Amino acid sequence: MSTLTAERPTATQAAVRRRAPKRRLRGEAKLHPLVWVFVVAVMGFSLIPFYWLVNTSLKKGASLSKGELFPADPSLENYLAVFQNAEFLVALRNSVIIAVVTTTVALVFASFAAYALARLKMRRKAMILTLILSVTTFPAIAIAAPMFSIWREIGLYDTLLGLIIPKLTFALPLAIYTLTSFFKEIPRELEESAYMDGASPFTAFRKVILPLAVPGLATTAILVFISVWNEFLLAVTLTTSPEARPVPVAIAFFSGTSEFDQPLGTISAASVIITVPLVILVLLCQKRIVSGMTAGAVKG
Amino acid sequence: MSIKSLSPGRGVSARDRAERRLAIRMTAPSLILMALVAAVPIGYALWLSLNQYSVRTAGLSRFVGLENYITALASQEWWAAFGQTFLFAALSVSLELVLGTAMALLLNLAFKGRALLRTVVLLPYAIVTVVSAITWQTMFQPNLGLVTNVLSALGLPGGDVVWLGEHGYAMAVIVLADVWKTTPFAALIILAGLQVISAETYEAAELDGASKWQTFVHITLPLLRPAIVLAAIFRTMDALRVFDLPFVLTRGANGTESMSMLAYTQLRENRLVGEGSALSILTFLTVMVVSVVYIRFAGGNIREVAKEEQ
Repeated sequence: MSTLTAERPTATQAAVRRRAPKRRLRGEAKLHPLVWVFVVAVMGFSLIPFYWLVNTSLKKGASLSKGELFPADPSLENYLAVFQNAEFLVALRNSVIIAVVTTTVALVFASFAAYALARLKMRRKAMILTLILSVTTFPAIAIAAPMFSIWREIGLYDTLLGLIIPKLTFALPLAIYTLTSFFKEIPRELEESAYMDGASPFTAFRKVILPLAVPGLATTAILVFISVWNEFLLAVTLTTSPEARPVPVAIAFFSGTSEFDQPLGTISAASVIITVPLVILVLLCQKRIVSGMTAGAVKG
Repeated sequence: MSIKSLSPGRGVSARDRAERRLAIRMTAPSLILMALVAAVPIGYALWLSLNQYSVRTAGLSRFVGLENYITALASQEWWAAFGQTFLFAALSVSLELVLGTAMALLLNLAFKGRALLRTVVLLPYAIVTVVSAITWQTMFQPNLGLVTNVLSALGLPGGDVVWLGEHGYAMAVIVLADVWKTTPFAALIILAGLQVISAETYEAAELDGASKWQTFVHITLPLLRPAIVLAAIFRTMDALRVFDLPFVLTRGANGTESMSMLAYTQLRENRLVGEGSALSILTFLTVMVVSVVYIRFAGGNIREVAKEEQ
């Protein structure tokens, strides 16, 4: 562990410094070579599985039954097969509708609740916050099992709405929790001056807090979107036909007559297709995602 | 946080009352929705679990009291799933905390390439869990996967093993897939904890002649404890409801069935509504008991946060 923050001028480091007298940003540490090994290991562990997934998706026919490090004869056949698969396209559409609707509704409801929890005087605030937080720890099966029966009674089983409603229950606490900590970071002085001008708390929320909280809202939207897009248990319990299935379920059931007979090339291609948007999201919004994940987690 | 009252002096109580009313109106929609879609189903699940349902005739049922629970608790399947879920949680969470702490220390260093590293480790976190399962399935394919190939090439054991076909190996793949995807989460929570430790603390330790290792053990780790505990709570709660990974990787075969999977199988595949509901309630209670224990014994910081909210 001592190597992690090592600054002892070892021979190697001296050599490195001689070799690389390039400009160094202020505060940049010179890393011990062992630390670099660790950096490379972490990057490899994170990236190699992605590479292997892409590699598998580019193989076809006989190539699939050989464990080549590079596809000898790369082919987009699997991708074509996925895009010609009507069930996958329907699932993609379903996933987009479910994620967009759930995220939007959750954000509207949560921004009200988060403002009250972050700013307004309220009885039993700690209890309410604890309750909301405890919902995030609920195992989804406890909701999915009874919902399966309820939805079949009232006709919401195997519909998009029937998925959006329970997903909202898990999206809301996440959104409220994240937004509350973002709202708390907005300086109170700004609302103060709105109050001086005679604004009501609700006006202050609408005219002062919401515009300032746009970055926080965007961050929360990204996190909620990712979690709804990922969710699997509710989706698999509450649907049965390809018409209502979102992407994760469609992929899990991709011609899955048995686990020994899976078209792994096509499944890999489908996996790559739905991963690309998420990778772009991470590349563009890395800072936001990090700030949202850690919002309120650790109080300074 | 410093200004306690927005309008000191006159009219405090009238203003307070208006504010409290507004607060209730603003939180009510969320609370009502969560109550309707969380509390009502769980209540209904309790009712379902006390009845037995005909598999043949829809709607035909009779009250059987705790019979479904007795059946479940006397069954070998429940205790196997219970044990496997806790084994999975213990293995994956401890690996994630150790690796996450190391990763956080790394991300806390200022070096060229830190931003790149942060982006790279975040990638697995954003991936769909089902896809992460498929990714590791391709890695461990018998004779074709990267891991199995490398093991064979190096002459190590495991190269000719059908990993998902044997209990211990299958559990290892499931744990690995989880560690890959969720260590970044633990690392970022712990990194946030690292970043609030002031530089003066370290300077003081250095003045006292502490070594790097002593500083880490006696200063960094104790100050990081709240962040690590928080990451542990989040990760444990998540691990105890594991479903997607075994569902895709093994369909619960070879003794990798989790509590959530067992309830799902009884309900959806075996059409045992009463027993499936009892199992889902048992899963729910297990997770709740663990979260209470965690918060009671380890989560001092959670309670402080809750107090601060008041």
